[in-house]
Order: sequence, then structure tokens, then C-alpha cells
Amino acid sequence: MSTDILPGVVAVVLVSLATLAIGTFGLRISRTTSDFLVASRTVRPRLNASAIGGEYLSAASFLGVAGLLLTFGAEMLWYPVGWTAGYLVLLVLVAAPLRRSGAYTLPDFAEARLGSAGVRRLCSVLVVAIGWLYLLPQFQGAGVTLRATIDAPPWAGSLVVALVVLASVSPGGMRSITFVQAFQYWLKLTALLIPVFVLLAVWMSDGAADPAAASPPSWSIPIASPGGGIGLYTTYSLIIATFLGTMGLPHVVVRFYTNPDGRAARRTTLAVLMLLGVFYVLPPVYGALGRIYAPRLIENGSDVLVLELPSLMVGGVLGAVLTGLVTAGAFAAFLSTSSGLTIAVAGVLSQDVTGRRWGTRRLGGVAAFRVAAVIAVVVPLLMSLPAQDVAVARTVGLAFAVTASTFAPLLMLGIWWRGLTPTGAVAGLLVGGLGSGAAVAWTLGTSASSGWAAALLGQPAAWSVPASFLTMVVISRLTAATVPAHAGRFMVRLHTPEAVDLQR
Amino acid sequence: MSDPLPRVRVTGPPRRRADVVRPAGAREIDAESALGEVFMRSLLREQLVLALRVLAALVLTLGLLPLAFHLFPSLGDVRVGPLPLGWLLLGVLTYPWLVLLGWLYIRRVEDNERDFADLVSVLPEAPE
Repeated sequence: MSTDILPGVVAVVLVSLATLAIGTFGLRISRTTSDFLVASRTVRPRLNASAIGGEYLSAASFLGVAGLLLTFGAEMLWYPVGWTAGYLVLLVLVAAPLRRSGAYTLPDFAEARLGSAGVRRLCSVLVVAIGWLYLLPQFQGAGVTLRATIDAPPWAGSLVVALVVLASVSPGGMRSITFVQAFQYWLKLTALLIPVFVLLAVWMSDGAADPAAASPPSWSIPIASPGGGIGLYTTYSLIIATFLGTMGLPHVVVRFYTNPDGRAARRTTLAVLMLLGVFYVLPPVYGALGRIYAPRLIENGSDVLVLELPSLMVGGVLGAVLTGLVTAGAFAAFLSTSSGLTIAVAGVLSQDVTGRRWGTRRLGGVAAFRVAAVIAVVVPLLMSLPAQDVAVARTVGLAFAVTASTFAPLLMLGIWWRGLTPTGAVAGLLVGGLGSGAAVAWTLGTSASSGWAAALLGQPAAWSVPASFLTMVVISRLTAATVPAHAGRFMVRLHTPEAVDLQR
Repeated sequence: MSDPLPRVRVTGPPRRRADVVRPAGAREIDAESALGEVFMRSLLREQLVLALRVLAALVLTLGLLPLAFHLFPSLGDVRVGPLPLGWLLLGVLTYPWLVLLGWLYIRRVEDNERDFADLVSVLPEAPE
């Protein structure tokens, strides 16, 4: 064991221990099923916003964005911008009504709104599929991080993350994980912020070289390469996927049910916008400084830019401390996003699979949740072991395209349009899910190629989202006789402020 | 054998609660009457129009950036201090703009909800 791996080892151990300690603290106050799934709906906006921020800023945000900015430049700024703007869209279209619907999970919402068990089952399948598609890059990113910082074999990082997530999620559920994730947001912010000050000071004392001078002109233009019509299409498709995809992410949606009421749900969302805005100013600094100080990472290995830049720019003890800090932040990113996704997937699995009667036995609520959590972690862990080479931010971006083409239309039409029917919803979910899913499978399965076909499949949201919307509306119109009888009453529940005394 | 114990009448609190006085507008909505329907439709339309306005502001600013850089490629050379224009707009200025839009939205939407609550509570008593 050499000394330059020491900061990484210390960081990983400390973050894991802190996570487990805070999770155990939450265990003392978690008792009921409602505690496990929605923290008994008592989380105040400020704590809740930190927890959402902690859970949302994944490996893709912490490592991936800076690396993509280093290699491709301004066009990649659309990722953090879209991931933040997605919360504004969520705020104005779904935040308060979603909370007022009173459901536990996305499938619960679909069933309550449309009164159909079929829609519920389809939503459950989609939540689990999207959750696993999103967990996969988290586990892989953990492998990359441990390999870069402490030379561990790639499977080691995935395994450590999986074990810590299970250990912190299954005892205390949502209630304890809320504190863990709030802590992890502030840890991640600190881990990027403090090194930025040091690195900028070093850059100034070195004469403040211009990063743009060392880059091709396209580095300053926020349109996807190769520019022209294809570049414009790719950019707008990414904008659609990220702006609309956020509202359908299962681990984000489940957090909204932990707010006390609709008004608090809105205030939480505004606080999240602020927290994300503060965080996302930082990765571009790493990307720009990397152009000057880490040119060898531009072509390959850009995912480790954030981890290696401090030691490349600052030597000695300070460099080692900063490396330890960013490693801790990266590890917190894997842990928090993975635990949020595990809760969301396990919540659905425990209601629809493990909580059912199997033969003569039936598990209780909490036991069913724990079994479901194990399933939710083990499957993507096994999937991540053979494929270690998929780019982190790319896979996460594809998950956004799938949610934007499935849950976004379901939520928007379900909340604002009485005419949605169960048949229309199923048809739209299938068209959007199969369309974007096929594009994702093709993109993950083939190596990069260029041209219109690759652009249309690599960034499917611009056609799959309208297709899904259109299908839902047209099929609902054709089956207008089956509009649920309680649709009007449900609208009252979704949209009227809690201050008005109504039968809900 | 001694005298039988005198009979005692056992009573509980009255089963029927006194009618809670609820605003007439709320009763109209609960009864899904034509008037209640009018209330709900106006609330929904108002909230949706507000949401669409915020989204329009978002699309007309952020959404036009790629098009602007596509139509005027020379924007890529513009510098503001040490930063290229594209990096400044997307990397820094976007975030305060998003927070401002969100803040304005929350102010307006809570006004709307307060107006709605006032409307359904001051409605004059409808003849039964």
C-alpha cells in the first residue's frame, strides 16, 4: 500500500461510516410502514430540499459533467442546465398536485387517478426498469472511482456501494435516509467548493492562462457536435429529455410525498432549484481548468478529471487532502443516489411483489420492504459486473429520455386533463417506453457512429415524447366513454388548496 | 332476596354530530353541482395559464439559445471578461434566472389559491 492511495482510502471509509452512523440514528425513530416509505410525511422544506439535492446529484453530476465539459466544451453545459430546469418544470406543472394526490409511489398515483390495476402494473414495471437503468451507472462509477484513487479492482467499488446502501436503507427506510441524504448534499458541495478556491488561486498565480485559447472554437459554442442540423436536433432533444425527464424519475417523485402539504412541496422545489444552482456552477470550473492542467485526460479517462485535477495542480499534503475531499464527495454521490433509487424501486417491489401472498405465507410491511431492497440492489449489481465501460453521464442521460417519454406525459395529462382514460394511458406509456427503450438498447449496444440515424436513436426524446403525448390524447379521445367516473372528484383533490375545507 | 336494583338508563353521547358549518362554496364543489364545476374549472384554468406563462418565459430565453448560436456563429467568439459568452450564459447566469422564475411562480400561485379560498368561503348562503 503506497502513501498516495491513503487519502482515497480514508475518504471512502469515513463517508461509509458517517452514512451508516446517521442511518442508525434514524433507525431509532423509524417504526411504521409510513415511516419507511414516506417518512410519515413530516419532512420540512429545508431538510427535504437538502435531501432531494443530495439524492439527485449523482455520479453523473459529480464526475461526469466536468469530464464531458473538458472534452466537448459548452455543448455539455446543457446537462446541468437541463437537470436544474427540470425542477422548474416540475414545480409549475406537478409539484403541489402530486403531493395532494396522497399516493405513496408513481404506480399508486396512476391507479388512484385512473382506477385501473393494469395501468398500475405497467407503471410498476417501468419504475423498476428505469431505477435499474439509473443504478447501473452509479455502481459502475463507484468502480471507476476506486480504481482511480486506490487501485482497487473495478468490482470492488460497486460491491462497497451496494453493501453500504443496503445496510443504511433496509433498517430505517425513508425516515433515516432523509438525514443521510441531506448530509450528503452538503458534503458534496463542500467537496467541490473548497478545492475550487485552492485551484483558482493556483491558476491565478500561474498567470491565469486562457482555457479557450487551448481549445478548438466549438468548445465555446453550446450546440452539440457536429453542429448544423444534426447538432441542433441533438441539442433540442437533450433539452426536452432533461427538462421533462426530471418529473418522472422514481426516486425524485417519491420524495415529494414526504412533504407535509402541497404548499410545502412547492417551497421544497424552489429550495432545490437554489441548491442545484449553487452546485452546478462548480463542475465547469474543473472542466475549464482541466483544459490547461490535464490535457492527457481530454481524449480518454475524462470521468476521473475531478478526482485527479487537485493532485495534478497542487502537490504535497494539501494536494493529498484535496484528493481525499473530492473522493469523499464522489463516494457520497454514489451512495446517496443509489439509496434513493433503492428506496423507490424497493417501495414498488414491496407493494406489488414481495408484499403479496406467496403460497400460504405473506410478509409484513417492513419485512417485505427489506426483502425488496435486497432484490433492488442485487440485480443491477450483477448487471454492472460484466459491463464496466459504459460512460456514466451517457447512461444517466438515456434514463432521462425514457422517463420523459413515459411518466412525464402520464403525470402532465393525468394532472391537468380530465379526459385521460386507462386505455389511453397504457397505449401512450407503451409507445413512449418501447420507442425510447429500443433507442436506448441500440445506443448502449453499438459503438458510436454518426449521421441522422445515430442522432435520432442516440437522443430519442424529440420524437418519442411527442409520440407518447399524441398517443395518450388520441386513444383517450377514442375511448372517451371509459373516462373514470371519479376523475372530477380527483381533480378537486389535486388542485384545491388544503386551506379550503372539502371532502377529499 | 332483597329488592331488585333500580333500573338505570345507560346513555352515551349523542351519535349525530351537530352539522359543521362549512362554506357554501365548498358544499357546491363537494356536491359537484354546476356552480362547483364553474369554481373548479376557473381554478384549473388560472393555474394552468400561470404555469404555461412561466414555461413560455423559459422557452423564449433558454430555449432560443441553441438557435441563436446556430444562426449567428460569431456569438461563439464573444467574450465577457475571461469567459466565452456561451459559458457565461449557461454556466452561471441560467441558475439565478431559474430561481427567479420559480420564486415569481410561487408568489402568484399562492395568491391564486388564496383568492380561490376567499371565493368559496364568502359565497352567499344558497337556498336549500
